[in-house]
Amino acid sequence: MAFVVPKDTYNGKVFEVEIGTGDKAVKIGGENTLPFLTFEGAVPNMPVIAHEVQDVAPEDWPETVQAAYKGVSGDPVTWAKHCQDNLGAQAIALRLYSTHPDRQDTSPEAAAKTVSDVLAAISVPLIILGSNHAEKDAQVLRAACEAAKGRNCLIGKAQEANYKTIVAAAMAAGHKLIAMSDLDVNLAKQLNILITQMGYEKEKIVTDPMSSALGYGIEYTYSVMERIRSAALMQNDGTMAPPMLNDIGMYVWKVKETMASESDLPDWGALEERAIGWESTTAVGLIMAGSNLLIMRHPKAIETAKKVIAELA
Amino acid sequence: MALSGVEIFKHLPKTNCKKCGFPTCLAFAMKLAAKQASLDSCPDASEEAKSFLGAASEPPVRAITIGAGAGAVKVGEETVLFRHEKKFVNPCGMALQVMDTDSDADIDAKASAVATSEIDRVGQRLRIELVSVKDASGDPARFAAAVKRVTEKAPDAGLILDTRNTAAVEAALAHLAGKKPLIYGATADNADAMVGIAKAAGASLGVIADGLDALTALTEKITAGGFKDLVLDPGARKAKDMVEQYTMIRRSATKKSFKPLGFPVISFAVNADPYMEQALASIGIAKYASIIVLSDIAKWKSLALIALRQNIYTDPQVPMQVKQDLYKVGDVKAESPLMITTNFSLTYFIVLGEVENSKVPSWLAVMDVEGLSVLTAWAAGKFTAAKIAQFITESGIDQSVSHKELIIPGYVAILSGALEEKLPGWKITVGPREANALPAFLKNKAAAA
Ligand code: B12
Ligand code: SF4
Repeated sequence: MAFVVPKDTYNGKVFEVEIGTGDKAVKIGGENTLPFLTFEGAVPNMPVIAHEVQDVAPEDWPETVQAAYKGVSGDPVTWAKHCQDNLGAQAIALRLYSTHPDRQDTSPEAAAKTVSDVLAAISVPLIILGSNHAEKDAQVLRAACEAAKGRNCLIGKAQEANYKTIVAAAMAAGHKLIAMSDLDVNLAKQLNILITQMGYEKEKIVTDPMSSALGYGIEYTYSVMERIRSAALMQNDGTMAPPMLNDIGMYVWKVKETMASESDLPDWGALEERAIGWESTTAVGLIMAGSNLLIMRHPKAIETAKKVIAELA
Repeated sequence: MALSGVEIFKHLPKTNCKKCGFPTCLAFAMKLAAKQASLDSCPDASEEAKSFLGAASEPPVRAITIGAGAGAVKVGEETVLFRHEKKFVNPCGMALQVMDTDSDADIDAKASAVATSEIDRVGQRLRIELVSVKDASGDPARFAAAVKRVTEKAPDAGLILDTRNTAAVEAALAHLAGKKPLIYGATADNADAMVGIAKAAGASLGVIADGLDALTALTEKITAGGFKDLVLDPGARKAKDMVEQYTMIRRSATKKSFKPLGFPVISFAVNADPYMEQALASIGIAKYASIIVLSDIAKWKSLALIALRQNIYTDPQVPMQVKQDLYKVGDVKAESPLMITTNFSLTYFIVLGEVENSKVPSWLAVMDVEGLSVLTAWAAGKFTAAKIAQFITESGIDQSVSHKELIIPGYVAILSGALEEKLPGWKITVGPREANALPAFLKNKAAAA
């Protein structure tokens, strides 16, 4: 028996979404095969990594990753420019964390100003994230959309509880949209349908299936992603065909493995390497499951993820 | 691999003699396909039919066991491409590479690192199981000496003999009686001799070829001689080749019933950049490698790989669970605080860890909610006031605990009123939402008492 390459054919295709403007714009998605299987399909765009930047100093981040941005993280503009100019960021993800009512409760206007300032300083694409407070995000992201008009940003996250305002704002200002649901294939599909029913094109959505860190539920995210991707390709389900985003930094840099000292847990080995490796391993796992865009924190973890992506081309 | 009735029919005598008890060979074939009959019922079935159907009932990826006794590692036996279809069966084995040119001290250190690699994760004791000794010296005596050293320092580790030299394999096997190593391995040039050696030693054999055409030709040649304990190396070393080749192998085996590639895969993640090595190993774990060879197993690195392997290989239908029980944390007394949580392993071990951190001896009541997290169980109606009350009442907690104060997770604060109603005489205290706030919470409580 001779070996015959076992090719599958798919009738579906992941939508290709472009974010940003000018020669720094990036495209994600567009593949018509499972991750990196170019022997049976085309993978026009490789996964992209966005560096996370916050509108407040990251005082609650673990020491290992805080230290990596010492001297620049006090100000979002400086921080974003540093990522672009010194770390070669392909995109920046600005989290408007201070707007959360339990934090500084920064006003939508002030948040919009931060967005304008960051945009003025960078040419790479910008992802604009709220603080994950459904009601407040609706107001904040509406203001942010307006401030970022013309820059083709990726706005998020629209969730079942607040999608209407955010969708309308993104549509009016011509931005792309992150739709996030709670780790469930049907909920992801449902939200995309609700959003398109408002007249927003499904080809402009990026799905956030909800991430989890290695060791803390990554298998749920992994399988939900594989199922979403299979639905898009095999069942040619357009409501499941947006590219997928994984916002992993916020999950990874919360778990004990990225914080506990080696003296407390000698079995776990060196803290700095362990923490960085925890983020890059989480990233690689989800890249295997079909991630198109990742939001990450530690420069060294990002460097590893990029090296892997280069080897996957 | 399941065969259709028509495929089976092709191998039957086609005489419709009815001796099997069915009116036609085709009817019998249909019953066979449905696993409602056995080929033994047809007295005229040919040897060819028997071996074909016998092979068809084997798992699409052959099981291979490396090592013997308590430390034996079984890999392979996989049946699907996606973990949501069905649980991945046998977690991949991980191996540390030792060079026979390493100093004795280095060999000892590496072997000891494997021997002491075990860690506890979510209640499972997990480890790096294998040592791969590479013949870098070209000297059989030196190779055998290195192998011997490894077996002394890491007696429970399975062994991979990484050499193409039959003399080196034979020299090493002298120290490995009954140990069933993986000989890695056979190439087109040495296959006949290697098969003979592996057979005699009860060892399995790695088959090395450049690409899947050459690999197919070589495994067909070897299996034609009746030897089947094989492990495949198609040569992939770069991320892209690993994903593509391993996917082709798994697909050929499970979806096309292609026997020549129906064996576990060995993958080499070895890389000068430790983070990159970790990343390449992660790709192997996700994408169907059954054995992964590493150049170093620093604890920080293997912790993440062991966690990823555990995650990928858990049953997607059945969350990992712990037993419903009243657990003692620390040196508890009847007056110690009492907390409740669910029996999802992840939840239990996170909470347990933080209660231990607090150094405040406590009772932890773990309720069976079919392995769901606190909020998921609540949303699924399995962690309700009525059910918690019933659990507390029937568990016999009052035999061990003298007070009537129950601390509940902050995320289900909403239950406190209903719980007080359903548990007359009990005081319900709402704890913090996140377990990492438990040490401060418990210490404050202890100080106030
Ligand atoms: C993974 C997940 C699932 C998995 C199940 C995983 C599992 N084994 O439980 C699956 C996909 C199967 C699932 C299903 C459902 N889920 Co679900 N799921 C989640 C998710 C994403 C993570 C849950 C998790 O693993 N957490 C980690 C564990 C460790 O957390 P934990 O048990 O709460 O423990 C923490 C604390 O509670 C605390 N703690 C624990 N015990 C104790 C004890 C004391 C004394 C104290 C002080 C503290 C404490 O410490 C821990 C760490 O801080 C959450 C969203 C989220 N990010 O939380 C939704 C979530 C829990 N699910 C939800 C829902 C609604 C469901 C479904 C009903 C529908 C759906 N969305 O699919 C089904 C129900 C399942 C069923 N059988 O019917 C909702 C719950 C609704 C709510 N509360 O408002 C959530 C919050 C998502 C959401 N926002 O809608 N889910
Ligand atoms: S006994 Fe065998 S040959 Fe006879 S009918 Fe049954 S299957 Fe056919």
